[in-house]
Order: sequence, then C-alpha cells, then structure tokens
Amino acid sequence: MNEPLLRAASLGHETDDARLFHGLDLVLRGGEMVEVRGANATGKSTLLRCLAGLIRPGSGTVDVGVEIAYLGHRSGLSETLTARENLRWRLSLCSGRLDGNEATARIDEALVRLGIGHAGGRAVASLSAGQRRRVALAAVLASPARLWLLDEPLTALDDAGAALLTAEIERHLRNGGGVVAATHRPLGPRAMRTVQLGTT
Amino acid sequence: MNAFLTQLRRDLAISFRHGAEAMNPIAFFALAAFLLGLGQSTLRLDEAAAGALWVLALFANVLAVEGLFGRDREDGSLEQLLLHAKPLFAALLGKVAAHWMMSGLPIAALSPFVALLVDVPPDGMLVLALTLLLGTPTLALVGAIGAALVAGTGRGGLLVALLVMPLYVPTLLFGAGAAMTALAGGDPSAELLWLAALLAASITLAPFGVDAALRVGQEY
Amino acid sequence: MGKAMEWLRRTFHRMGSPRWFFAGSRGWVLGLYLVGAALIVVGSVWGLGFAPTDRLQGDSYRILYVHVPAAHLAEAVYVAIAIAGVVHLVWRMKMADLAIAAAAPVGMTLTAAALATGYIWGIPTWGTGWVWDARTTSMLVLLFLYFGLIALRQAVPRPERAALAVSVLAIVGVVNIPVIKYSVDWFTTLHQPASIRLGERPSIDPSMLWPLAVNALGYYLFLVGVVVAALRAKIIERESKADWVRSWVQAR
Repeated sequence: MNEPLLRAASLGHETDDARLFHGLDLVLRGGEMVEVRGANATGKSTLLRCLAGLIRPGSGTVDVGVEIAYLGHRSGLSETLTARENLRWRLSLCSGRLDGNEATARIDEALVRLGIGHAGGRAVASLSAGQRRRVALAAVLASPARLWLLDEPLTALDDAGAALLTAEIERHLRNGGGVVAATHRPLGPRAMRTVQLGTT
Repeated sequence: MNAFLTQLRRDLAISFRHGAEAMNPIAFFALAAFLLGLGQSTLRLDEAAAGALWVLALFANVLAVEGLFGRDREDGSLEQLLLHAKPLFAALLGKVAAHWMMSGLPIAALSPFVALLVDVPPDGMLVLALTLLLGTPTLALVGAIGAALVAGTGRGGLLVALLVMPLYVPTLLFGAGAAMTALAGGDPSAELLWLAALLAASITLAPFGVDAALRVGQEY
Repeated sequence: MGKAMEWLRRTFHRMGSPRWFFAGSRGWVLGLYLVGAALIVVGSVWGLGFAPTDRLQGDSYRILYVHVPAAHLAEAVYVAIAIAGVVHLVWRMKMADLAIAAAAPVGMTLTAAALATGYIWGIPTWGTGWVWDARTTSMLVLLFLYFGLIALRQAVPRPERAALAVSVLAIVGVVNIPVIKYSVDWFTTLHQPASIRLGERPSIDPSMLWPLAVNALGYYLFLVGVVVAALRAKIIERESKADWVRSWVQAR
C-alpha cells in the first residue's frame, strides 16, 4: 500500500581518514520523518548527500523512488539573481512541465509561508543569512518533491523561522511526504525515528 | 530543449548583471592583439598574424572558462543542477552555450577589427572570423571539462590551462590552418569542415566529460 | 573454461586488494628487473655492436634502439593509465588509482626520453634537433598530458578525491589522443616539406629489427618492474594506517 519513498540498505562510507558509517539500513515511507543526529564530523552531511545521490556510497545501495528536494549547507541560490528568479530556475529544473503562472503562484506561496513574501524581488546578495536560509527552504517547499532531504535546516534561522519550518514539515508529512533531516538539535515535534551517527 | 534554454537564460542573466566582468575575455583579446600589433614592426607577422590571433583567442578562452563552475559550486547551485536537471546533458550544454555567448562569440565578432591591428589582409579577416566562430565553441566545451575538474580544488587558472591546452591542439591547428590557407590564397573549406566536425564531436561527447568531472567534484 | 573464468574473476578481485598485491608482487619486481635488464643488455650489445651500419644514416641510426622503445612505451603507458582510470571510476578500485599514480611519472619520463633521443637523432639526420613533425608534435602534446595528470593529482588535497579527478582526466586525454595525432599529421603534411617525414622512412632490415625487438621487450619488462616497485611504495604510503602495513614495517 504505502510504498517506501526511500530505501537504503547496508550503507557505508569512509573517507581517507575516517570511517563515517557502515551497515546502515533505512526505510522511509510517506508521512514519516527521520532525524539524523550526531556530533560534528560524524558523517551526517555525507549520509544525506549519499541519499540524495550526489556522492556514491562506499558500500550498500540507495533506492529512491520519488522526486527529492535537497537542502545543503550551501543555499543553492545565485547571489546575483533575485530570490524569485532563483526559485524559478530551481522549479523549472525539477519540473519543466509547470507553466509560468502555476510556477509563479507556487513560488510566491512558498515565500509567504516562510514569512519572506516581501523579499522575493530582491537580489539574494542583499539578503541576511537568515533570509537566505528561508529562501532556500522556500525552494524545497515550492518543489513538487515528496521526499525532503534537509541538512541542518535550522542553521541561521531565528525562533520564528524555526517554528515556521516545523509547521511546514508537519504539513508535508500530513500530505504523505517524507523527510530526512540532519540536525544536531531536535527539529520537529514528530521525528518518528532518529539515526544516531558517530557512536561506534 | 527546455533544460537547455532554462540554463542558458539563467546564466546569461547572471553574466549580464556582472556587466564589466563579462567584458573581460573580449578586453583581453583586444588588448593582447594590440600588444602584438605594437611588437609587429620588429616581429614581421604577416601571414602568421592569423595564427597569432588564434593563439590569443585560445588564451582568452582559457582565462574565461576557468570560472565557469566556480560561483555555482560555491553557492550550491551546482549540486542542485546535478540533482535535478533533466536531462543534465542539455542543461550543461546550455551552460556552456551561455558562456560561449559571452566569450567566444564576441571574440569572433570582434576579430575582423582586431585583425586590422595586426595587418591581416582584408580577405583573410572574414575567414578568420569564421574559423573563430566554428572553433571557439569547441574550445569552450573542452575547456568546460578542465574547469569542472578543477572547480573546488581552490587552484585556478594555471592548472586549467595546463589541463586543457594540450586538448586544444586540433582546434588550433585547423583554425589557424584555415585562416593561413585563406591568406595564402588557397581554399580553406577542408579545414573549416574539420573544425565543424570537431565541434559536432565535442557537442556530443564533452558534456559527458563535464558531467563525470562535476560528479567527481562533488566528492571533495 | 569455467575454471579459467573463475580464476580471472578471483584474480581481478584480489588485484583490488592492496595487501594481496603487495604480498604477491614481491618476487615480481626482482624477476622483471633481471629478465628486462638481461634482454636490454643483449639487445643493446647486438644493436650497437653487431647490427649492420645504415647505408644513409651511418651509425647515428643506432639511437633507435633506445628511442623507439621509449616512444612506444610512452604511449602504451598512457593508454594503460586510461584503462586503469575506467576501472577505477567504474569499480572504485583503489589499486587502479595507485597504479595510475605509480605509472604517470614513469610515462612522463619515457616521453621526455623519447623527445630527447629524437632531438639528438635529429641533429645528424635532419640537420636540426626539433622539427614540427607529426610524431614529435604528438609526443610533445603527450608530455603535456602527463604534466596535467601529475599536476591535477597534486592540486586536489585528498588523495582519494584526487584519484577520481585524475581518472576522468586520463579518459578525456585518451579520447583526444587519436584526434590530436590525426590533426597534427594532417597539418604537418600540408605545411611541412615532405623531405623530412619520419613516417615514410624505408622499412627496416630484419638484421636491424631483431635487436630492436629484443630491446623493446626488455624495456617493457624492466619498466613494468619499475611501475610495480613504485606501486608497492604507493601502497605502503596510502595504507600506512592499516594494521598489516604496521606489522610489515615492524617485521623488517
């Protein structure tokens, strides 16, 4: 019935100087959220990048059946373009099918939901760190992806921003989406599971 | 086609907003040609001037292509492109096309005027412009592979130059060869056809190299 | 047949293990050195002392016994590097990368040797050391391709990441080599007087060819020995944190 959005089996990765994780199994279905916890340099980001398909895991397999949205350390926004132009580009990358009006509507809605509806026309270079983070999150919101991979989404967000994000994650889960978030402080009220890294 | 145009439009918008920076390749080309013209009285360039201009265009391209992925990599747009562009092949072509429109294309368009500086005879100018028009996209495509490999290492221009200039040899030979043949009164169509063949081959193959290099770059 | 396949599969798998290779390759280096050196001595003495003098070039042609093997190997090593690059990218086999790291300086040195001996040979034969001939130009480009491989490896800070980038570059390079050769060939036919075309040299007499073949084989074996020795050094360097390397060092 509820097909998994993500299935990772015996995932392992090591770098030149450290073995980050190994034998990690993870299945995520619609409506579920996993928090990846762990101190710095325990491989949270690497795990997320493996799940996203940006890097090839040293061992094991990742099977993602749906479209994903990935929020990395870097915003994915060009400083030169306005917030709206950036989101426009991001949206047309993942779904060329959307027509112009629908895309604009989605983008504006996402910006408003994250409390930065007023900043859509400003160049990203002129935005504060917190505002940029919100724009980057708006790109995730606006995308049609069912699976969100969020790497430290709380970085640079104030309390109000964190609350908005939590609410949006809740909404996404209610709509049958899935979330994997790497974070070192608890994120949402309903993290179904946590994966702890760096304990070996 | 969609991915191609999306990417082309985005990158052109960024380039235009950087205004002065986008002028750098052309400015470099004109300036270097001016210096070449200054030295010409002692160098006696004549027919060789076309070859010399080709080398300058090649340098301008190397300098310009180096930064092709740097900014996108730093701000994270590159990861998003790799994750979402469908097909990535088309988006990468769009990216290189935008880059070429801001470097190779103006250089080719400007070359007849620059050729005046180094006393290239008038009938050679158009052929020179044509060879640059056919050859610079190949340089941009091959250069993009080098830029993709070096993006993220923190090393810049010289390394890219070292990696890609050997691969520029065929384009340079046919490009400069066509211009020189035309100047000597011959028929350059064979060389021009070779340039076109190189371009066709690099349009089909280079994006795979860029793709592989960028993915490797995600791992550091 | 099945047995052979099984053996191949197992060997391929084992080759992927630095430890296995290190343990197994110990005897090879000495063997390759000895056989290679013996063949080089035989080939060189035969070629330099007993092969007939060339009617046109006199004794100067005898540099061919060094030049030709070096030039052949220089290209063969690059192709081998590119194949290792494919293996490394597809299977992420660490040994393939270590092999590239070990072979690249060897290939570069051979290319330089081929260019240098060609230059020396050119002086009496062509009247000048350097000509923009198709082969010399391609060789020079090959030298730059080797420079690139080595420079890129040093530019990327972490060895395993550098390895991936170098593999991609090696493959890109090998795709380009035929195009470069062809374009240079085509260009020089047009723009060079035909009198000094190396390619149209009269075919070589068997009495001169045999020592060359012996010498070439000797060079191949000896240089494979050098690459294996370099590879063993790279293994120790890269695996320095592994337990087996520590116990090996302590045992010495």
